[in-house]
Amino acid sequence: MISFIAKRLAQSVLVMAIVSAVSFSLFNFVGDPVNNMVGQDATREQRLEIRDKLGLDDPILTQYSRFVGNILQADFGLSYRIKRPVDDLIAERLPATLELVFVSAIISLFFGIVLGIYTGIKRNSWGSRIILSTSLAGVSLPTFVIGIALIYVFAVHLRWLPSSGRGGVVELGWWKTSLITLEGWRSIILPAITLSLFQLTLILRLVRAEMLEVMRTDYIKFARARGLSERAINFRHALRNTLVPVITIIGLNIGGLVAFSVVTETVFQWPGTGLMFIQAVNFVDVPIMAAYLVFVALLFVVINLIVDILYFVVDPRIRLGG
Amino acid sequence: MDSLDEKPVTRWQRFKDNDIVWSFLSSPGAMGAAVVASVMILACIFAPLIAPFDPFDPGQISLWDGKLPPAWVEGGQGKYLLGTDNQGRDMISTILYGGRLSILVGLAAVCLGMVLGVSLGVIAGYVGGVTDAIIMRLADVQLTIPGILLAILINGIGRALLPYELRNEFAIYVVILAIGLTDWPQFARVARGATLVETNKEYVQAARIIGLPSWLIMVRHIVPNTLRPILVIATIGLALAIIAEATLSFLGQGIPPTTPSLGTLIRVGNEYLFSGLWWITLFPAVALIVLVFSVNLLGDWLRDALNPKLR
Repeated sequence: MISFIAKRLAQSVLVMAIVSAVSFSLFNFVGDPVNNMVGQDATREQRLEIRDKLGLDDPILTQYSRFVGNILQADFGLSYRIKRPVDDLIAERLPATLELVFVSAIISLFFGIVLGIYTGIKRNSWGSRIILSTSLAGVSLPTFVIGIALIYVFAVHLRWLPSSGRGGVVELGWWKTSLITLEGWRSIILPAITLSLFQLTLILRLVRAEMLEVMRTDYIKFARARGLSERAINFRHALRNTLVPVITIIGLNIGGLVAFSVVTETVFQWPGTGLMFIQAVNFVDVPIMAAYLVFVALLFVVINLIVDILYFVVDPRIRLGG
Repeated sequence: MDSLDEKPVTRWQRFKDNDIVWSFLSSPGAMGAAVVASVMILACIFAPLIAPFDPFDPGQISLWDGKLPPAWVEGGQGKYLLGTDNQGRDMISTILYGGRLSILVGLAAVCLGMVLGVSLGVIAGYVGGVTDAIIMRLADVQLTIPGILLAILINGIGRALLPYELRNEFAIYVVILAIGLTDWPQFARVARGATLVETNKEYVQAARIIGLPSWLIMVRHIVPNTLRPILVIATIGLALAIIAEATLSFLGQGIPPTTPSLGTLIRVGNEYLFSGLWWITLFPAVALIVLVFSVNLLGDWLRDALNPKLR
């Protein structure tokens, strides 16, 4: 157990080391950091002073270790464009993204797993066929097209739901939530559906494939031969074994949702970290880009680590080194 | 001697008896998808011959004809069947030219990812040891970060490195590079898996014994045997690459509006959606969806057809 976790931890540290090296090199290769801070008409002395202050003349390894030291204290410097500390900006916008991802994760996991089980058990029914063909269409629909279509139908045409923003926001300490006001819920519906649809279809297909695989195994055949009821076979034997890979799916799902929140937040002008990232890329705001990269990589590393450990706990075959 | 005189099976016969071709001919969904995909791809490739107007020729564009609805809607003109966009460009022509760019970028990106991924994967599988560990670890690290984010990032860096006046001109190459560099780990993993299987087979051992150089064994013997699974990934990868390009362009990070791709058209149209000019967004979006859907259907069928477990 300990050696397994240690191995995984080592790999996570390696990932973070590479990602931090990449984001460190962003500062040095993309644009001139001094120009970005003082503007074009600064004097030579001012420039030299800033160079000195930033330690740009130190050896590269010294600069890198200082950068890593700063990251570990969540210090990413000032945004070039907004001139405010990047960690404050991220902390401000994080609740919006996390709430959107949370609601989308629930939608996609619930419907994905339920429909996946249904299409796995009743594989030849009409319902399954319709669900499956629709799901293939779902994989082919780009996220932003779904968003535009939903905005056009429900916001422009029917005028039922708002097309952008978070609606009412309530402060709970530093966390600004929109999940306790009616307006907030009305605002989150469209973006959450947009974000969850692609993941939903992926989960559906994975669960279905897993279910079909399990249905073909000998112990299910044996359960049939023993004359167990269809219900007992499906839910007591098949489903339990299908749910092990679902842990991985949940991990992948959350990762995918975070990634595509960039697109969804742009379509709906949702004030989260994804929208901030896109704006930063547009203006080559390197501190925000670097911070977002490190932040997302950390999130993914943590998710993968949790998934691996859960796997270890749930599946005895891995635990016993099979 | 009789058996030697007998004509060997013709190429056509062998082609027809091939299991994949057989599976294709007995699957209406795959054939339909192939027809739709090839019609769209051909129409886009031959856009300069088919399109009623040249959307890049200012002489053929008139702002007076801007924002005209499709021909069957009140106010539409027969000359512009699907209407015109905000600059007075014929929608059919812009979609054909835009689709051309989307397909071109998608194909180029997949090829780049495939060449890079297959080479690295085969080398990793064949050489093994430290080389293998480094390449595959790199792939693992890259796979921790979702493709679209990475593509946005690489694309953003690529644009930032270019001088401002060259950004639009080189945008298409930057996009291809960004998507291609995001793609390769998938190819590398599959190619490495297939290489590990092949390397232990007798024909490779034999090739080694007669002293063929490693690179020749890899290129001539191993690569051709990894192509089946690679084909599946490449097909699905094409659909994903087209979506990725459209997404980048939609976010304003991809192909510039002067030479729009489907994604750029959707983004520009989106700005006019609130004022009720639905056709500027709808038609490019439909073209994109149909294209991606048919390529996905093909990929899905190919995966099943090449999977011996399902036969």
